[in-house]
Amino acid sequence: MRSLRAAWVVAGKDLRSELRTKETLNASLSFALVILLLFSFILDPDSQTVRAMTGGLLWLVFMFAGALILNRSFARELPNDCLEALIASPLSGAELFLGKCAANFVLLVLVEVICLPVFGIFYNVRWMRQPGLLFVVLLLGAWALTIIGTMFSALTVNLRLRELMLPTLIYPFLVPALMAAIQLTNVLIGGDTLEKDDYIWFRVLAGFDLIFTLLGMALAESVFVG
Amino acid sequence: MPAVAIDGVWKYYGDYPALRDISFEIDAGSCVALLGRNGAGKTTLLKIMGGLSRAAKGRLSVLDGDTRTRAVRRRIGLLGHGIGVYEELSARENLEFFARLQGLPRPKDTAAEWLERTGLAVSRDTLVREFSRGMRQRLAVGRAFLHDPDLLLLDEPFTALDDRAIALLQKLLSGARARGATIVMSTHQLREALELATNVVLINRGRLAYCGPRTVEMLADPGWLYRNYGEA
Amino acid sequence: MRYKLIWLLAVASAALLAVQIPIIFFKLPDELNQGMVYRIIYFHVPAALTAFTCFFVALICSIGFLTTGNARFDSVAAASTETGLAFATVNLITGSIWGRYAWGIWWTWDARLTSMLVCWLLYAGYLMLRRAVEEPTQRARLSAAVSIFAFADVVIVWKSIEWWRTQHPQPVLSLRGGGGMAEGMQAPIYWDFLAFVLLSAILILIRMRQENVRREIDSLRRFAHAL
Repeated sequence: MRSLRAAWVVAGKDLRSELRTKETLNASLSFALVILLLFSFILDPDSQTVRAMTGGLLWLVFMFAGALILNRSFARELPNDCLEALIASPLSGAELFLGKCAANFVLLVLVEVICLPVFGIFYNVRWMRQPGLLFVVLLLGAWALTIIGTMFSALTVNLRLRELMLPTLIYPFLVPALMAAIQLTNVLIGGDTLEKDDYIWFRVLAGFDLIFTLLGMALAESVFVG
Repeated sequence: MPAVAIDGVWKYYGDYPALRDISFEIDAGSCVALLGRNGAGKTTLLKIMGGLSRAAKGRLSVLDGDTRTRAVRRRIGLLGHGIGVYEELSARENLEFFARLQGLPRPKDTAAEWLERTGLAVSRDTLVREFSRGMRQRLAVGRAFLHDPDLLLLDEPFTALDDRAIALLQKLLSGARARGATIVMSTHQLREALELATNVVLINRGRLAYCGPRTVEMLADPGWLYRNYGEA
Repeated sequence: MRYKLIWLLAVASAALLAVQIPIIFFKLPDELNQGMVYRIIYFHVPAALTAFTCFFVALICSIGFLTTGNARFDSVAAASTETGLAFATVNLITGSIWGRYAWGIWWTWDARLTSMLVCWLLYAGYLMLRRAVEEPTQRARLSAAVSIFAFADVVIVWKSIEWWRTQHPQPVLSLRGGGGMAEGMQAPIYWDFLAFVLLSAILILIRMRQENVRREIDSLRRFAHAL
């Protein structure tokens, strides 16, 4: 689509930048590993209670590790006033926002895909029982985190206390998406089939993603142009 | 049609008016020296012209359009205080990125051409992180000019440029003039600016203090303008 | 004129409360299961309703600012959010007290209390962001965007947590195990709501004035620097 072409260009640039150094990716994965380790002291990995908590654990890890990636998103435009050069180019606010989201999404999904087997090993969880639906949940949840995180990364880019503020701001917003993702992941990792009651969570997740994507695109211009 | 038509533009930071009731026109093909003290509002005005900022009040027409449309911004080249190139990418990657962003039909060829013109072809695959200051500045100039803009907005372009970069910029500016492009240049370096300029705009504390053609008097005595119309 | 308006609102609010409080404490009978404590609902629920009214006002003003650029909208939005947050705090504290006496625990993860806590965090984030931005117009722009996001989320949060609690039940703060209230016992809730709204209007008027003055001082400071 013509109007999204520029978004892909931005996404491509971000991914090229990140995959060259892999700084943020490494930091994010290391952090995820550390959290998984710490949780192992809090919970007894073999007990039944952990079975019921796998969804929660996994998404907590993704949320915390993901914040590192999201923080970098607009921060990487600060040196040399590159953000100014971007906004002055024929790129609409919505395109810039979507481009950044796309790049962050890819990185987040990469983190998820790497964490999942590690999680399975550490906590003795067989997660391959319903891979298709589980993957859909991972994608939808990652997009929710991406949208909110990217928007707040844009909002806080010029602020002094950016790194401190981003997590505090985004986690309350993500509560509905988090609950939905946790609920669905719990069921799917446990190998059960989804009940009718569980499908509501797919709707919550999809609805959340849609609403905030549209809001983000609508507000992007106001956020970038002073 | 004028290249830029500004009518009654105000810009506020909170309740503080950084720009007050600015009205003037810039004819296509002219070269305007935008002068004024630090904090007078030059950068604010340039940002509004470049689409980085919105005026609170008043009308602005740039290249017969709104600065927030893609079509207009495609024809504007901006060289601000920051160089606007990515440290972690190579020179070639930077220029290709901006060429693609501008929607140019052959971004790789354009990038290659501009690497030659800025004298950076030899270091095309070196990361900008490893460039010297002069090389970075030349790359920044390349970024601003590569889409052959019809309107060039330059914020203190001669500040902190080395000789080679200055020579490159002057060459590109005269090339742009020959093409009929309009140039607006905010600067402290009165002498260089007045040599190139056809018109002069002086901003004093957010207000338009003087707008008119460059005269022989100004060229002979650059301080004349400030003494008569503003503060030094 | 402003002070007259504020006085008028204060008198109206005080009058309403003066009428309602005796009714709440003396005229209404004790509740079947909970005895005296349930009367806290007459402050707990109106506080929540007032908080959401304030957040809604903030939403409208945020949209107003983004469309018109008039900084007064921002002042009202900020004042309204702060006031809303104050009433949300009242809701949370009364909820906590109610839980302590009804269930013996200081906090129940009851659907409504949890939702209110999330909303509280959302708008506390709004205020935190405002603190961090120095320049007034930028502050107004960014907080307007957050306010719009926050209100959209408020709606989603309430529904989601309701569904979550049907699947993971917790002690619920309500009367007769979740049943409705008898007729005639509901009226004080709405009167108290009105009284609280009048009170919030006063707080917003005062706070909004402070924001406007703050902006003026900021601009004077910039004038001084420019001289």
